[in-house]
Amino acid sequence: MNLFFNAIPSILMIVSPILIVAIGGMICERSGVVNIALEGLMGLGACATASAHVLMETAGMGAPSIWLALLIGSLVGMLFSVIHAFASINLKANQTISGTGINLLADGVTIFAAQVLFSADRTRGFRMGMQTDALGIYPTVYIAIGVVILSWFVLYRLPFGMHLRACGEHPSAADSVGINVKGIRYFGVLTSGFLAGLAGGCIVLTQTIQYTSNTINGRGFIALAAVSFGRWRPAGVAAAALLFGVAQALYLFTGGIPALKALPSEVFNIMPYLITLIALVVFSGKNYAPLASGQPYEKGAS
Amino acid sequence: MKNRLSGKTLSVSRRLMDSQGFTSLMVVLLGFLVGTILVALVGRNPLNLYKAILQALTGYNVDNGRMNVRYIGETLNYSVPFILCGFSLAFAARTGLFNIGGEGQYIMGMTVAQVIALLGPQVPFLHAALAIVCATLIGALWGGVVGLLKARYEVSEVVSTIMLNYIALYLSRIICLQLPGATTFRTANFPTTAVIDNSFLQRLTNNSLLNSGFFLMIIAVVLYWFIMEKTSLGFGLRATGFNKEAARNSGIPVVKSIALSMAFAGAFAGLAGGIVALGSFKYGRVISGMDNYGFNGIAVALVGNNTAIGTMLAGFLFGMLKNAQALMQGKQIPKEITFIIQGLIVVFISLRSALDLYRQWNDKKRLQKEVLAK
Repeated sequence: MNLFFNAIPSILMIVSPILIVAIGGMICERSGVVNIALEGLMGLGACATASAHVLMETAGMGAPSIWLALLIGSLVGMLFSVIHAFASINLKANQTISGTGINLLADGVTIFAAQVLFSADRTRGFRMGMQTDALGIYPTVYIAIGVVILSWFVLYRLPFGMHLRACGEHPSAADSVGINVKGIRYFGVLTSGFLAGLAGGCIVLTQTIQYTSNTINGRGFIALAAVSFGRWRPAGVAAAALLFGVAQALYLFTGGIPALKALPSEVFNIMPYLITLIALVVFSGKNYAPLASGQPYEKGAS
Repeated sequence: MKNRLSGKTLSVSRRLMDSQGFTSLMVVLLGFLVGTILVALVGRNPLNLYKAILQALTGYNVDNGRMNVRYIGETLNYSVPFILCGFSLAFAARTGLFNIGGEGQYIMGMTVAQVIALLGPQVPFLHAALAIVCATLIGALWGGVVGLLKARYEVSEVVSTIMLNYIALYLSRIICLQLPGATTFRTANFPTTAVIDNSFLQRLTNNSLLNSGFFLMIIAVVLYWFIMEKTSLGFGLRATGFNKEAARNSGIPVVKSIALSMAFAGAFAGLAGGIVALGSFKYGRVISGMDNYGFNGIAVALVGNNTAIGTMLAGFLFGMLKNAQALMQGKQIPKEITFIIQGLIVVFISLRSALDLYRQWNDKKRLQKEVLAK
């Protein structure tokens, strides 16, 4: 039991970024746009955060460097999500293709940037990452909790949230009562881009000391799984992200639990994906996804 | 007179715009254009980018005027998995499905080929053939499951294929770590009966890694074309892709079509995995990351418009870019520029629908003009 309590800070550290990006993905889908580019946007945010922090740290900037770098990473994530927003909202492009394009693009852009800035296929390491508080907990945990509560408040307690959900369920009805569907969908996609960038930055600043092509390693896709496993609701998504994070973190502590020690660590990596797949089959038939998610909205059509 | 002329030029440009091949070409050129500008922006010489590409394409080295056909062989060899993974997406796309799972199907094919190569019966020809067949079958299984889930339980193939990609990745590592002589990154060498070397192709291309997989790829191209265009199975698949309800009403077994289509899609990617394992590596790889052939296969099929010839040509393009990467590094061009170009191409393809919007707008304007003229 003691082992479990000692593990809590590490588990929370692993869960936080997944939670942040998953909430972004959820908001995006609730507004009616599917964003499978989360993985790539996280990478772009992580790379920008790491680069900015290394450069500012070298320039002699103290602690504020971390927070400024995190903001830069988030903004870079948001900037690239504009491509997805423009393609899927204005040009009514296939959202899966546009998302795939950004994922491929991110692979190239991040390492290309590292090559140009640091002449290596990774960013240079920084000296000082984020620091834990007295309880051993990183600030990213509080950010994640804040993001979940804020998303719940905005989606279910503000008129704006109702408008946003309407755009994902029945855009033509929303349009007929004067809601700006395009504007709200832009908000959804850009928010997911911002949060993906933020999550990428959180990973770099807490779990490593530099950005490499392996830094994100499928977490964006885990978040995507958490959105559908959590049935597109803040509490559900939070619970799913927590479950996935615990599954991934378990292998860190297998040393202390003989029954788990015998298993290869990859078994724990498989868990989130397997659980999601099974859940999708079990919950099939009852569709919780926003009705208009993934479909371009055209004024006057239908 | 003036009117007729403008009408004629309109129809020519219109026909060009309607042609999918033309759009693909424009998209590729646009990708290269932006990539070139990017290289220039960061202060490197874009000419070196094209020198590397020329060498990968023709074997001719502009800097020292030497010719080496080995580069052509390598480009062709790199193209094989791109083309097969392209078919993996294309086959599903024809049935209206989006197969992001090429990567997982490829990994499973590679893994099973490695297992058979190390543990199978060491009989010449039979050994390699068995490994290839099993790789193809596991790919079909990995894709077919997705099709079944989609057809029976309406599980989105986009989400389930992404999940299966990662399950394949980690499962492959678990399996391969058990193989003879396995360290955390490779196993023992394969017995010679399992590798698919081809001395004829090697002699032809100055000892490149080009292997019998190339012929398997050619067969796959013909097979893809034949199934899609010439059989009733292909017709059923395409009909399902066009309009599911209409296909169901006219007696096409939609559930079977979807499952079959994904199984075929997976088979192509699984074959690609088998060929790379037995042809290019000759030892089992205990991978901890993805080769990205599956993901790039998406781009290949999109550029090739899901046709047999188009996908093959697009695959050559991607193989050429991959081969040019090492040459670029030697010329101070970060090799990641090729990933950027590939990503840009897909982003631009997603903007293809903008062309339709433009067309509609154009039609409306012309109609208005005609009405006003009357």
